Amino acid sequence: MTLIQIQELLQAALISERGASDIDIKFAKASDLMSDVLAFSQPFSDRNTLLITGLTNKQVVRTCEIAGVGAIIFVRGKNPSTETIELAQDCSIPLLTTRLKMFEACGILYINGIKCAHPSEDTKNGNAV
Amino acid sequence: MQSEALLKQKYKIRGGDFVNAGESSLRIRNTLREIGIDSDIIRRIAIAAYEAEMNVVMYARRGTMHVNVYSDKILLIVDDRGPGIEDIQTAMQPGFSTATEEMREMGFGAGMGLPNIKKNADAFKIISHVGKGTKLEIKILLDGKNG
Repeated sequence: MTLIQIQELLQAALISERGASDIDIKFAKASDLMSDVLAFSQPFSDRNTLLITGLTNKQVVRTCEIAGVGAIIFVRGKNPSTETIELAQDCSIPLLTTRLKMFEACGILYINGIKCAHPSEDTKNGNAV
Repeated sequence: MQSEALLKQKYKIRGGDFVNAGESSLRIRNTLREIGIDSDIIRRIAIAAYEAEMNVVMYARRGTMHVNVYSDKILLIVDDRGPGIEDIQTAMQPGFSTATEEMREMGFGAGMGLPNIKKNADAFKIISHVGKGTKLEIKILLDGKNG
């Protein structure tokens, strides 16, 4: 899914565009805990994961760069500082913001085919409903 | 006997410097990319380095991070001057944390740092002296099973 499609689905605004054009999001993770983001990271070659978060500080961008996350969407209408935006531009990690709550954003993406970036064993084995 | 390191790097980390926290780990990651290390190995080292670096920033006065690349492994040694860890076994338990509210607001201090390092390492050793500091030795094999 392109970021433009995500933008439309979540009524989101694009805050930082650099790196957005070649992104194809297939997975998402939602967390305000950066260690969780690191614990379930994808290989670097995959920039196909979106982070849904309510945190807007610079460490969110650094964590995503370390974890190989492709793009970040801030929920509840949050806007990051200029510093955070500048770092995201340096790292080519696009930033979006939506007025939706984290739960709503996750639900909409899920029913539109975005998969969990770190599925539980049951889900991976096809046992989950 | 250990063979000679192919690459040695040293980074200084300042305690309390939340603005630059993570930059040393990103430099390490970029260097390892330049010398052609496998991307999955790099991901594991970068995560371990970043968690260790954040621990120094959050808890210690200062620290150093050494990365030594050998033909068969990468050693990451993080040495700090700080409060030390009283009970290493407890500190290793997922969810255990002594973090302040400020650290938690930044998304850290959830008690997952040391377990995350262990998860990404092939060998992980903690040596700590209360009131003096902590040393982490993280080994990742280049043909490791953990990846």
